[in-house]
Formats: sequence, C-alpha cells, structure tokens
Amino acid sequence: MADHGQHSVPHAQAGEFDNMELVHPRTFLGKYVWSQDAKVIAIQYGITAIAIGLVALVLSILMRLQLGFPNTFSLIDPASYLQYVTMHGMIMVVYLLTALFLGAFGNYLIPLMCGARDMAFPYLNMLSYWFYLAAVLILMASFFVPGGATGAGWTLYPPQAISPGTPGIDGGILLMLASLSVFIAGFTMGGLNYVVTVLQARTRGMTLMRLPLTIWGIFMATVMALLAFPALLVAILMMLCDMLLGTSFFMPEMLNLGEHSIHEGGSPLLYQHLFWFFGHPEVYIVALPAFGIVSDILATHARKNIFGYRMMVWAIIIIAVLSFVVWAHHMFISGMNPYFGFLFATTTLIIAVPTAIKVYNWVLTLWRGNIRMTVPMLFAIGFIFTFVNGGLSGLFLGNVTVDVPLADTYFVVGHFHMVMAVAPVLVVFGAMYHWYPKITGRMLDDTLGKIHFWVTFLGTYAIFYPMHFMGFAGVPRRYYGYGETGYIADSMQALNAFMSVAAIIVALVQLVFFYNLVRSYFRGREAGPNPWQATTLEWQTEHTPPRHGNFGAELPVVYRWAYDYSVPGAKQDYLPQNMAPEEVERTDSTSDTRGRRTS
Amino acid sequence: MAIAVAVIVLAMGSVLFFFVSPWYLTPLASNWGTIDDTIQITLWVTGAVFLAVNLFLAYVIIRYRFSRRRRSQYDPENKSLELWLTGLTTLGIAGLLAPGLVVWASFVSPPEDAHEVEVVGQQWHWSFRLPGEDGRFGAAHNRFIDDRNPFGMVDDPAGHDDILITAPHLLLPVDRPVKMVLRSKDVLHNVKVANFRAKMDMVPGQTSYFWFTPTVLGEYEIVCAQLCGIAHFAMRGRIEVVEQETFDAWLADQPTYAEFAALEPGDPEAGASGYTSCAACHGAEGQGNQDLNAPKLAGLDAWYLERQLELFRSGARGTHEDDTYGIQMRPFATMLPDRQAIADVAAYITTLPDQPLEATLDAGDPERGARRYRTCANCHGQQGEGIRATNGPRLAGMPDWYLRRQLQNFREGVRGRHREDPYGNQMVEMAQVLVDERAVNDVVAYIATLPQPAMTVAVVNAGDGEE
Repeated sequence: MADHGQHSVPHAQAGEFDNMELVHPRTFLGKYVWSQDAKVIAIQYGITAIAIGLVALVLSILMRLQLGFPNTFSLIDPASYLQYVTMHGMIMVVYLLTALFLGAFGNYLIPLMCGARDMAFPYLNMLSYWFYLAAVLILMASFFVPGGATGAGWTLYPPQAISPGTPGIDGGILLMLASLSVFIAGFTMGGLNYVVTVLQARTRGMTLMRLPLTIWGIFMATVMALLAFPALLVAILMMLCDMLLGTSFFMPEMLNLGEHSIHEGGSPLLYQHLFWFFGHPEVYIVALPAFGIVSDILATHARKNIFGYRMMVWAIIIIAVLSFVVWAHHMFISGMNPYFGFLFATTTLIIAVPTAIKVYNWVLTLWRGNIRMTVPMLFAIGFIFTFVNGGLSGLFLGNVTVDVPLADTYFVVGHFHMVMAVAPVLVVFGAMYHWYPKITGRMLDDTLGKIHFWVTFLGTYAIFYPMHFMGFAGVPRRYYGYGETGYIADSMQALNAFMSVAAIIVALVQLVFFYNLVRSYFRGREAGPNPWQATTLEWQTEHTPPRHGNFGAELPVVYRWAYDYSVPGAKQDYLPQNMAPEEVERTDSTSDTRGRRTS
Repeated sequence: MAIAVAVIVLAMGSVLFFFVSPWYLTPLASNWGTIDDTIQITLWVTGAVFLAVNLFLAYVIIRYRFSRRRRSQYDPENKSLELWLTGLTTLGIAGLLAPGLVVWASFVSPPEDAHEVEVVGQQWHWSFRLPGEDGRFGAAHNRFIDDRNPFGMVDDPAGHDDILITAPHLLLPVDRPVKMVLRSKDVLHNVKVANFRAKMDMVPGQTSYFWFTPTVLGEYEIVCAQLCGIAHFAMRGRIEVVEQETFDAWLADQPTYAEFAALEPGDPEAGASGYTSCAACHGAEGQGNQDLNAPKLAGLDAWYLERQLELFRSGARGTHEDDTYGIQMRPFATMLPDRQAIADVAAYITTLPDQPLEATLDAGDPERGARRYRTCANCHGQQGEGIRATNGPRLAGMPDWYLRRQLQNFREGVRGRHREDPYGNQMVEMAQVLVDERAVNDVVAYIATLPQPAMTVAVVNAGDGEE
C-alpha cells in the first residue's frame, strides 16, 4: 500500500545496516581506485561505460559514412562494416546501457535512495567493477587480434559466428565470448548486491511501496538480469565448446566454403532460443531503469506526485515477468515451428498494455502539474515522445503477420533504436543533468544543456524515423551496399546521406555535453544540497556530494512515499521522505483542500 | 513552450511524412494482400494513438507550464480513469492481434494444391530444385554435397527426375500457389522477395517453408535477409513470374538430376584440336600474350573456363561496347559448337603446364593490397587458389595486367552486368569495395605476391638442393 498522506507512521524495519562497518580508505588509491564506496564505484562504472560507448558511437558514424556515401572510404570494406555493426550493437546494449543503468546509476542511487550507508557487500561490489573493466578491455583487445573483431552481428548467431565467410572467426569471436563471460560474472556480483541491498538494507520506514520508482526500475531490471544472463552464459559456453572442442550443440552438418565441416546434428535454432531468452529481457533490463528514472524526473520537475504509483509499480513487475515469455517474437521467421507464432504474438501484444499504462501515467503526471522546463524535464519529455514512437512501431513487429515483411529490414533498425537506444539514452542524459549537482555539488550549464538536448532530440529523430519507411520499402539491414537493387528507389540514397549527416551532427554535439561535464565540475554554479527541491533521500544528505556512508551520524527515517509534491495544506511544495509529520509546516491546520492555496 | 511546439510539429510532421513520402511498400505481387491489410490496420491504430498521446502531451505542457502563482494538483490515483485507459488499450491491442492471428493461420498452412520448389542457400548463391514428374523430391543431405553433386542428392529413385537449377534464376507460373521449401548448405540465409511479402530463414540441418501465390507477371529480385557473412549484401537472385506455358517450356529445358549426373566430363584429347584457334593469341601452352591482350589460361580450373566460354558464346560476356577485348574474344567462342566442345577445350587447357609469371606492373603497394584482399579471399581463397563452391576462380599466377583490366571492367560494369551472368553481377558489387584506381593497383600488386604453383615447386626444389 502506498501512503499518500503525511500522517503515516514509519514501519519498523528488520535488517538495518545502521551499524554497518565500512572500510574507510586511507590512501588516494584506496579512495579512488580500489574503492568500496558504491558512489565511487558508480562513477568508475559510469566513466568506463561512457568511454566504451564513445567507441561504439564512432563505429556507428563509420557505418553511416559507408551507408550515406558508399564506396568513398577505402578504409571501410565489407568485413570492417560487419565488425562495426556487431561491435556497435553489443557495446551499446550490454557494455554501455546495462552497465550505465545498473552499474553506475544503480550503485549511486540504490544505497542513497533506500537510505543505506552502502551496498550490502561493498567488497563484492568493487570486484564487480573490476570484472566489468576486464570485460571491456578484453572486448577492446578483439579489435587488435589477427582478423579483427567478430562481424557476426551482435546476436552472434551460429553457424556464421564461428564459420568462414564471417570476419573475426579466430580471435575476434573468442574474445567476444570471453569478454561476455567475464561481464556476466561481474554483473552477477553486482546484481546480487543490488537485490540484497534493496531488500535488506532499506532504512526505517522505507517500505517497498514507498520506494522511488527509480529504485523499482533498477531493482526489477537487476532481478531480470540475474535470471536472463545465465541463458546467455550457457549459450556462450556451448558455442565455445563447438568452436574449441568440436562439439555440435549449435552446429549441424554443413559446408565451410565448400569444405565439409566436422560438425553434425547441432541446432542453430537452439542458440537463438537461448540468446533471445536473454535478449528480450535485456531490452527491459535497459528500459525499466529508464522508466523508473524518468518517472522521478517528471514528478520532481513538474512538482507533482507521480500519477498512479501502485499501477506503475505493478506495471514494472508485470512487464518484468511477461518479458520472459515473449522471446521468440525475435524468431517469427527464423525457421522455428511457425505455430509458435500464435503464442508469442499474443504474449508480446499483451505486454503492450502495462507499457501503455506507464506512458499514460507519465503524461498524467504532468497533467495539472506546474512544469518547470528544466533540462532534465526536456529530456524526460523527449523520452516520452521517442518512446511512444518506438513502442508503437513495436506493435508492428510483435504482431507475427505484420512482422513477416518488416523483419530484417530497416524498420527493425528504426524501431529498436527509437525504443531501446534513443529513448533510454535521453533518460541517461536527463538523469545526468538531474543528479550531477548531487554527485559534484555543482550545476551543469543550462544553455549548453539545452543545445545538447535540442540537437540530440531532433537529430536522432531525423536519423531513425525515416528508417521505418526504408523498412516498408523492403530495404534489408546489415547490408554493406545496395548497388543496383531494382526495387530500392534511387532517392533512398539521398535519404541515407541525409541520415548520415544528421548522425554526424548528433555525434558532434555530444562534445558539448562532455565539455559541459568537465567545465561545470570546476566552474559550475554551486548546487547546494537540494537544487531541484526533491523529496527523495539522496537530496537530504548532510553533505553534498555525500561522503562515504552517505548519511550523517543517524540514518534518515522515512515517513512518506517519494512523491509528496504540492501536498495540500503544506507550506512547502515538497515534503522530503524523511520529514516527520510534526515538522511539516502547514498553511492552515484545518485545511485539506486539494491543490489550492488556502491562505 | 518550444518543446510543446516541437512535439506538435514532430507528431503532425511524422504523420504527414507518411502521406507525402515516396517511400512505401513495394507493389504487391502475391496473394498476401492480407499481410498488407494488417499493416494498414496497425498503421491507422498506432497513428491515431501516436497523435492522441503526443498532442495531449503538448497540450499538457502548454496548459500546465510553470507559474509562480499556481500549485500542482495533488492527485495520486484515479481508479476509474486508470481502468478506462487499461480497458481501451486492451481492446485496441486485441483489435490489432486478432486479424494478425487470422492471417497467420493461413500463412502457416500451404494450400493442398501448392506445387513445391526447394530453395538452397549457400554462401553467397541461390539454387533451386523442383520435384520433377513424380511430384516428389528425392532425399538430399549436406553430407553428400561435392563438386559433381552440388545438391547433396542421395541415391533415391524419387530424386532421379528432380530438376536442378544451379543458376540463381527461377521461373514460377502465375496464379499457382507455391510452397517454398528452404534448405541451407552452410550458414543461415533468408530468401526474400519484397513484392511477395512472405519470407523465411533457411537453416542448415533442417528445412523450413513458406508459401505464396505469385499474382503479377514480371521479374522480381531475390535478396538475402539474414546476415550470412561478407558478401551477404551481394547474394542476389531473380524470380520471373510467367504464364504456365512459358514455365513448362522453361522447365523442360532444365536438366534433371539423372541428366546432370550423366554429363560427360570434358575430353582433353578431343579438346586439343578445338584449342588450335585459341593458341594463336593465348599461346600454344596457354601462357598468354600481353601484346595481343590475351590472358594466360593455363592454371585455370575447367569449371571456370567452361563458364566463361559459355558466357562469351551466349553473349553474356564480350558484348558490352566498351569491352574491346571481350568483343574480340566472342567470335572465337561462338566457333565452339556445343557444351561438349567447350568442356573438351577446357579440359585440354587444364593439361597445359602452368608457368610462373613475372609482375608487369609496379603501380600498387602489396602491403596495402593485403588488407584490400581480405574481402576477395572469402571467395577466391586466402592464397588466391580459387574456390569452386563460391564460384571464385583462381587469381594467383594470373597476369596482373589482365586482373587490373578486369577489375576496372567490373567496377565500371563493362563486365558482369549482363542479366545471364549472375556471378559477374556479384563481382560488380564486390569490385565496388575497391574505391579507386589506387585500391585496384594495390590489390593486384598483392595478388602478384601470392604463391604460384610452379614457383612453389621451384622453391621446394631449391630447398632440396641445399641439403
């Protein structure tokens, strides 16, 4: 039950970590490198993820150069192009978005927003980051081995992933699989930590139904990831066996450019089932934290409670559960038994209902609000628009019949970039503008932020919206060039060039963002402890940025849910979660009129 | 405010773009108008929701913009509103799903009277098999595939009359439902003709299928829609939808498996006399003559020589007006009367001694060329030895001046554009990877460094001598 009023009594909470022993670092290395402070680990995760994300961004520009201006750059041959496609996809989905939402935002926000001093297992938490870093380095190394990185597509489908004719079938694919294994091991350490912390280390009064939606999103995403990644790990290990030990899990009897292979009897479709059993939840592993974070940004900056909190929580849970039974909608035309299409189209379209509810509730949160058009709010609105677009195009691909002509075309590329690339990344940006003041104590520059927002928002739409039309026209994806394909209109080339120019502009404007991050760190306006006048616990810390241990001598006690904005009768337009009922200044002790000032 | 305007403009603009953009579904040429209908329904429903949600969002942003004199309304829940929205959404979703499932039910069940065509995918070609007069396919398996049995036919009586089409060109009779049975020799592929709407992956180790009825006469391109490696983008084919009579006549011309297996290999002795007219330019030992622009022939595989001679003879090569030397070659090829004569000459050429060649060009940088060559290696082999399965002829030991001219011809479409030259078509696409003159020179320079068989022998002998 959510308590919406200010009269609730805190629940006593078992398993408090108030007396948790923290390892306080004594040296520079201990503080910034081998740190066990979740906040430092969060920043390590964040910087590493963004650094590798930049590599993936450059790869996407290289792809766009080839598509927009084919046969111009002698650096880009078909092998390189496929390597860019593969590495861009894998890095963005796993090494950037997953790591950023769970590793960076999860680490920073879970202890603070739950009212804990740190993660439940700080040492394991630190180890999780170092595994992640190792995974990233192994992945980067694959660019430099003979044959280069793998070019099998981010889905790494066998047989091609380990068969001749595909780039990087020696070192490249091996390092990719190794890197993913290390990533999963590291993530499991981190993920168990996040789950235990949310379940066991919440402060007094922080019931589950008082948790900010950010934490709900990150928490459920972590639970999903803990259940989904093992499927990927299993698939990876089986593929490694096929590759190195000559087993035939995924490898049927086939030819390798004319030579008979050593394999027989394996099933390529088995891999696809395992991969998408991970891969589909992965979409929501990225989306749910974004859903949560955007909810909090909207509520805070619209000075309004989140609309339908309980529905929002249940929608997150239902989406998380359903997302484990929709995976084969990625395989409608994979050659699996086509009768599966009935089941998976149905489950897939059912998942649209809770997702739609979330969208309605975001808009209804703004409704009758008092919207401060801050930079985080701009990004949040940009997210809603983009996500609505991407969500609706999902109804095409999820509905098995409609999927047939559109599968493996640019419609798919447009769809998933809208829904799980641009939309979550807009949230990432919004979240950075939102929490940067807490992390550094300084505000990011507003003007630079707005430039960054407008170019990114409009630019990404210009890149990805037209792709849907290329998809309708049947333009296949993962093509190095189109040559003279009769049914593809020549005007498509002009469109491709346009999208490439837009992509380059969007990539360049990210420099403004990085400049803003660095400049504001030294010269930004002092933020104070709670510049957005937000209710959640991270804004109520004694110090900004919060020190190791997060809170002062006493852990905060929570008296209310996270969304007491503009509560009728209260003088202040926000009531922090840890503000005791008796501390609330009232405009009129008898007033209970809703949303109207009575004095 | 700007963001509200942006949301309105983008939302309306997106819908407008749909109506004015020249890019939409390709003209339908099959029975799957029902698939287009489901797309239409989805477009209308999602379009309406897209506009409604975003315009309401924009309205809210304007109406509830920040004001110091106002406070938000405290409004945690509204059960009836939430229920209404959930109910309406569920209805909308059901409205989308139901027609989708109905059409899917017919998609998964080919009609009883559908005739069958097997499509075989391989890196990076299509081939086809039709069941022949008995209407049944003979058993086939990847295990039995070799140069003389490219379909992997098992010794099965039902297979003897199966019709084998090795070129990626298929004819289909109009208005007759066809079940496409899909098989792969190597990795995943997906046979796609945009105008037919239906498509399906082909998976090694199993068969898959889809069906459709071609309804419009004409010619349609096959593309591969499942990433299958380096030349995925160049894996093309063609389906012609024709009247039943045309189809029957075409089918009668195609070889059955029995005929295919009974083909006599070329006879070098018979070919020796045919070669005399070649020798004038290409040399008595097939060593070539740069002054006459006649390339070396010795060392080439018979299958490649046969194909090129047939292309010359049929006019699929050597007819482009800018292909000066190809035009010169054509009359000589037409002097060979039939397939057997061609096979004999080709067989004779393979008996000629393969002499190593000196490089004649020094324009390129072999080190840069090595990187360029990694694309070529997939079909022509790491050592340029040629791979029959990919239809890539031998390159190592071939004259560099000739390779350069052919690469230029391919890049410019002087060679390989003819519709009856599918492997040439593919090479036209692949040659675009070499973006300029320098890239061509580099790769040719690299090929010149690849070991030539005769040289290998010489090196081994030298090694022996030192012992």
